[in-house]
Amino acid sequence: MHGRPRNASKPEEEAASAAKAVQLRSLQSQFMTNHHDKIYTNEAIELSTKLLEINPEAYTAWNYRKLAVEDRLARIEPDPNLVSAILDEELRVVESALRQNFKSYGAWHHRKWVLSKGHSSVGNELRLLEKFQKLDSRNFHAWNYRRFVVELTNRSEQDELQYTDDMINNNFSNYSAWHNRSVLLSSLLAQNADGFMPNIKIPEEYDFVHSAIFTEPDDQSGWFYHLWLLDQTLNVETPLLTSSWPSHGSSIILSGAGCLSGSSSMFTTFCSESGSFPLILYFDQAVGGVSSSTVTIDSELKGNEGLVWEPIPNKNSQVSCVWVARLKYVSSDPCEYKVKIRVGNSPGIVSSRGYNFNAPYEFVFTAHVHDTVEDSQEGIVSWTDGFDIWDAKSKDLNSLVTLDRLNAEMDFKWRQEAIDSEVECFGILPDSKIGKLTLARLLMAREAMVSDDAVKGVHYEEILQLYNDLMALDSSHYQYYKDEHSKAFLHKVTSSSESLSRHLLRYRDMNNLVCLRLNNLSLSRIASVEKLLFVQMLDLSHNELHSTEGLEAMQLLSCLNLSHNRIRSFSALDSLRHVKQLKVLDVSHNHIGKHSVDTTRYLCSSLLSNSELGQDDVGKQNPGLVTKYWDAYCVLRDLNLKQLDIAGNEIAGEEFSSFVLQVVPKLVWLDGQKKLGN
Amino acid sequence: MFFYMQILDIAGLQNEDGSFSGDIWGKVDTRFSYIVICCLSILKCLDKINVKKAVDYIVSCKNLDGGFGCTPGAESHAGQIFCCVGALAITGNLHHVDKDLLGWWLCERQDYESGGLNGRSEKLPDVCYSLWVLSSLIMIDRVHWIEKAKLVKFILDCQDMDNGGISDRPNYAVDIFHTYFGVAGLSLLEYPGAKTIDPAYALPVHVTNRILFTK
Repeated sequence: MHGRPRNASKPEEEAASAAKAVQLRSLQSQFMTNHHDKIYTNEAIELSTKLLEINPEAYTAWNYRKLAVEDRLARIEPDPNLVSAILDEELRVVESALRQNFKSYGAWHHRKWVLSKGHSSVGNELRLLEKFQKLDSRNFHAWNYRRFVVELTNRSEQDELQYTDDMINNNFSNYSAWHNRSVLLSSLLAQNADGFMPNIKIPEEYDFVHSAIFTEPDDQSGWFYHLWLLDQTLNVETPLLTSSWPSHGSSIILSGAGCLSGSSSMFTTFCSESGSFPLILYFDQAVGGVSSSTVTIDSELKGNEGLVWEPIPNKNSQVSCVWVARLKYVSSDPCEYKVKIRVGNSPGIVSSRGYNFNAPYEFVFTAHVHDTVEDSQEGIVSWTDGFDIWDAKSKDLNSLVTLDRLNAEMDFKWRQEAIDSEVECFGILPDSKIGKLTLARLLMAREAMVSDDAVKGVHYEEILQLYNDLMALDSSHYQYYKDEHSKAFLHKVTSSSESLSRHLLRYRDMNNLVCLRLNNLSLSRIASVEKLLFVQMLDLSHNELHSTEGLEAMQLLSCLNLSHNRIRSFSALDSLRHVKQLKVLDVSHNHIGKHSVDTTRYLCSSLLSNSELGQDDVGKQNPGLVTKYWDAYCVLRDLNLKQLDIAGNEIAGEEFSSFVLQVVPKLVWLDGQKKLGN
Repeated sequence: MFFYMQILDIAGLQNEDGSFSGDIWGKVDTRFSYIVICCLSILKCLDKINVKKAVDYIVSCKNLDGGFGCTPGAESHAGQIFCCVGALAITGNLHHVDKDLLGWWLCERQDYESGGLNGRSEKLPDVCYSLWVLSSLIMIDRVHWIEKAKLVKFILDCQDMDNGGISDRPNYAVDIFHTYFGVAGLSLLEYPGAKTIDPAYALPVHVTNRILFTK
């Protein structure tokens, strides 16, 4: 069914084919009779041999042979020669079947079954593999079988690594060999085996893979291996705390739900109806074990013993990069409190790959609790009027810059040298796609390693230009390069207080909320969220976003503008369910309802806990609508929105609007019209 | 009674490490993990197996290029990736997938000349990968990284305009499987007139919604 030319067959060919089919059907029918009647005579077994030689895919025939072997082994004397003879025959039949079709799952598995009875020698099997790998060095059945033999015979990883050396030196265009190499090498590096120290081995591997990439830049065999080497160079295994909110040395103002008079433009003000504020920890990789015993809070804010830490966004999984706890405060009890947080106070925070968070980190911030003066207003929030420029000299912003994730203990020198060396090498491949892409990634890596503020951000212009070049050079993957370009752009914006402050404003009408304006920037991806945890209003309008993935960490976000983007469904907004502070959401002029294929439904954690779908009042009264708009229902019912804009989407209309008002009964403004008061 | 007996058998085929054997002879492959999870989720009997262990086994088959193989350490292959990503999707575990890394591996399956998708690097494009690669990309929300129009053209080029049906590649023999994969691929590419299908089940969305949203 693969690789057969489409030719009208000649009468002789058709007759031959028909005759063959008759023979095969007759064989099969005789075979099935033997199998059902459990007949294991020499004749019957010989019949199955014939069948398998014509059609190695006759799966049942292989299973019949296993039954036949077991039957014979049970009848004979336990003489090793007799046993050998029986099993040898099976190996012969497998080999002959493989010659027919060296990709037959059934044949390879039968051989494994025979071998696991303790038969055949390593030498034999490796010789057989040699034969098949010469025929097709990418045959994954052969590679899998090789791994099986290696495990069965305890062949060393070093020997197998040498084998991949030989295969690659013979022909570098062998992704299967590179893959096997990556598996063996990561195991040897993880064990700290003799002669496998990363600072020596990784640079050697870079040299080795250059042969694959530079000889034939269009051959993908070395690309993914190189990317893996870069990952090994850049990323440390031990988890690190990347950022937090509040951050070290900052001051925040906490109050109740209303407005403060004369609120400060110097500090971040956080208002809450619930009398609690989020404490956010953002790690560089998914970790588990964040709890009140591994993270301690030292403060006079009452009522905060036994704090519950939650992973965002996955409650089901016990690991996440982002962890949040809610600290309580009483706004009628105005005072100034120092809060000291110690992360990793006791062991227990562990990455999903099993590495411990082993450098306890302490940070301190000041919380000023104020009383509310006026009732909260329910005026409509504007995205254009009422903004003041952020005071760039504000000390507050310095303390909002993230923690430096560099650490001298992390054996830094070899990593930096490796990156520098690669940057030089890839400079010589100016016009190839893989050359430009790798160079862009290397420069991003270099940026990530820069600690000196004076030189931070110098590479971004070149990185962005490389992605622009790639969009033109490899237009089939335009959107991939666009997403990478957006990520790099946001890294650039957040690389220094100076560049970030150009996009920051204060919203006067709402306690001087911190607003980040990133509109009209052709952004197709969100990134650098760990540096934006302090943002309370976010304007991402007039961009090319199709998902809010990443925004769940922004626990302070109360207003979000996503109008004029490419959002296709509410399932794409699922991450917003975790932003409990969200009051104002603008998703007008998007593509919601326009496309039949939902590309975010499985990324949506609500899909599988749908047993509660439709069990509340709304669900009971409108089961049809809840099913029709299930993703909007899941997102909206978890939020306490006061203001929502949905006009300009295909889904918008009377039916959807009235459904929204049922799901969000406290909504005040819908598409600019006041609703509350019924 | 009938299907309860079948489910008991399936649950019995789960191994200690969470993997599934295809039958009593013990062959293990992540394809079987997908089949079990897909079937049991439709029958609403996922609790008959140890889902956490099943997921852990699938995650152990994740490779350094972001893809998945048939067993731990096996090379990434688009068919296996579909099975693993599908099983993780159905059980709500896509957070285990490095979507950017896998997405790049998958989008590089597209052949510049023909617009078709292959199953691994340096292999020929084939219509069946229109389903395996495409579904996987959709489930992890990276389908915008391939050029859809070119892929539509490739599938249409694989039609036998005289006798009907779709083949694995242009001017090769048609068969029922590639015809199905081609039509499913066109549906996932929003080709006009094709009914929308769900990428994890390859069933029409109105069917999967009915299954998922009723008790």
